[in-house]
Amino acid sequence: MSLLATGSQTVGPYLHIGLKWLTTVDIAGKGIKGERVAIAGRLIDGDGNGVNDGLIEIWQANSQGKYAHPEDTQKKPLEKGWRGFGRIPTDAKGGFRFTTIKPGRVPSPDGRLQAPHLVVAIFMRGMLRQLATRIYFPDEAAANAEDPILKLVPAARRTTLIPKSKGKALEWNIVLQGRNETVFFDY
Amino acid sequence: MKTIVGYRRYHPGTQPDYNYPPYASTQKRCPTQPLVLPPQTLSEITGPIFGFGDVKPTDNDLTRQHKGDPIGERIIVSGRVLDENGRPVPHTLVEIWQANSTGRYPHPTDQHNAPLDPNFSGAGRTVTDAEGRYRFITIRPGEYPWRNHYNAWRPAHIHFSLFGQAFLTRMVTQMYFPGDPLLPYDPMFTCIANEAARNRLVSVFDWETTIPEQALGYRFDVVLRGREQTPMEKMP
Repeated sequence: MSLLATGSQTVGPYLHIGLKWLTTVDIAGKGIKGERVAIAGRLIDGDGNGVNDGLIEIWQANSQGKYAHPEDTQKKPLEKGWRGFGRIPTDAKGGFRFTTIKPGRVPSPDGRLQAPHLVVAIFMRGMLRQLATRIYFPDEAAANAEDPILKLVPAARRTTLIPKSKGKALEWNIVLQGRNETVFFDY
Repeated sequence: MKTIVGYRRYHPGTQPDYNYPPYASTQKRCPTQPLVLPPQTLSEITGPIFGFGDVKPTDNDLTRQHKGDPIGERIIVSGRVLDENGRPVPHTLVEIWQANSTGRYPHPTDQHNAPLDPNFSGAGRTVTDAEGRYRFITIRPGEYPWRNHYNAWRPAHIHFSLFGQAFLTRMVTQMYFPGDPLLPYDPMFTCIANEAARNRLVSVFDWETTIPEQALGYRFDVVLRGREQTPMEKMP
């Protein structure tokens, strides 16, 4: 049987009415092992303005590199209470901030390991279909250099996927258009 | 680690382009560089799992969230969540939000000159059953104007957010009502190029789920992305 997929539609300007109940800005609760990180930045449109009606969702493995999902069959520990999901709205200036733990390395289809990363989905008014991207880590230069997904990204644009250390947080901006446009993926 | 079974790319015309000029706001919010096409990995074929513990059984009734009854026509919206291979997607979270019967959202940026309803917040959620079925009780949302183009009005619609079983199956869409004369004028509706896929966004009146003297039933099935390979099926 073959069915045509439902078409994606924008979340519109009133997304928070339906989605705010699941807001999760602290992805790793107490008792979850791993190196704590805070990631903050802005979601910026083609005019350089912050997007104040945006939402980002995060999906990630735990510090061992294990996803809380039945299709991750790796023999690695999974803490009780770990989901690995974040839902973070942007504020009036397009800013966002969340905390989590740095994920461990997960396998890639060729059997080697990917560099630690978060997968990110971005929603907003004016966007008919979510955008997908990734966040890597600035202190993982060796792992990043051999990451099979990063290798597919033109070298000059890879920095858009790697936050910069800034004070106590990692700074990562999502730039929708123009110079320093963030790399987005289509799977 | 077992071999990854990925998700098939969407059939052409079923998904909108990021840059769709009739919807003016896409112009400053669409990527301008080509998207990078990586292989699917464990990170994308997995995704957050939500279950019955995440929602209350009453969260699917938008007419019972306040002291009084909301104003408007009570309706039942039900259907199934399936994948492109026709398989049900069981135990997956479905979130909805919508305007009230006058076409107004209880949101600070909605300044439409239509009354708010103190008995209607317009948000609900549920988890599909083992056969992928879901059901909401709500009121029919009103149409409302917006400033995309001259004399622009959104057809009546309900926003749907679904997860499926992977990051790759995440879907936010909108449900419309049959026979709505505003549909051909609406860039949200027309952004889906494939006519059959476009019409999948329109619910159908459902006599069988209609409750006599209580509420009209509308059926809305949602089809999420399907797996590349599926276990062999018996030929008929």
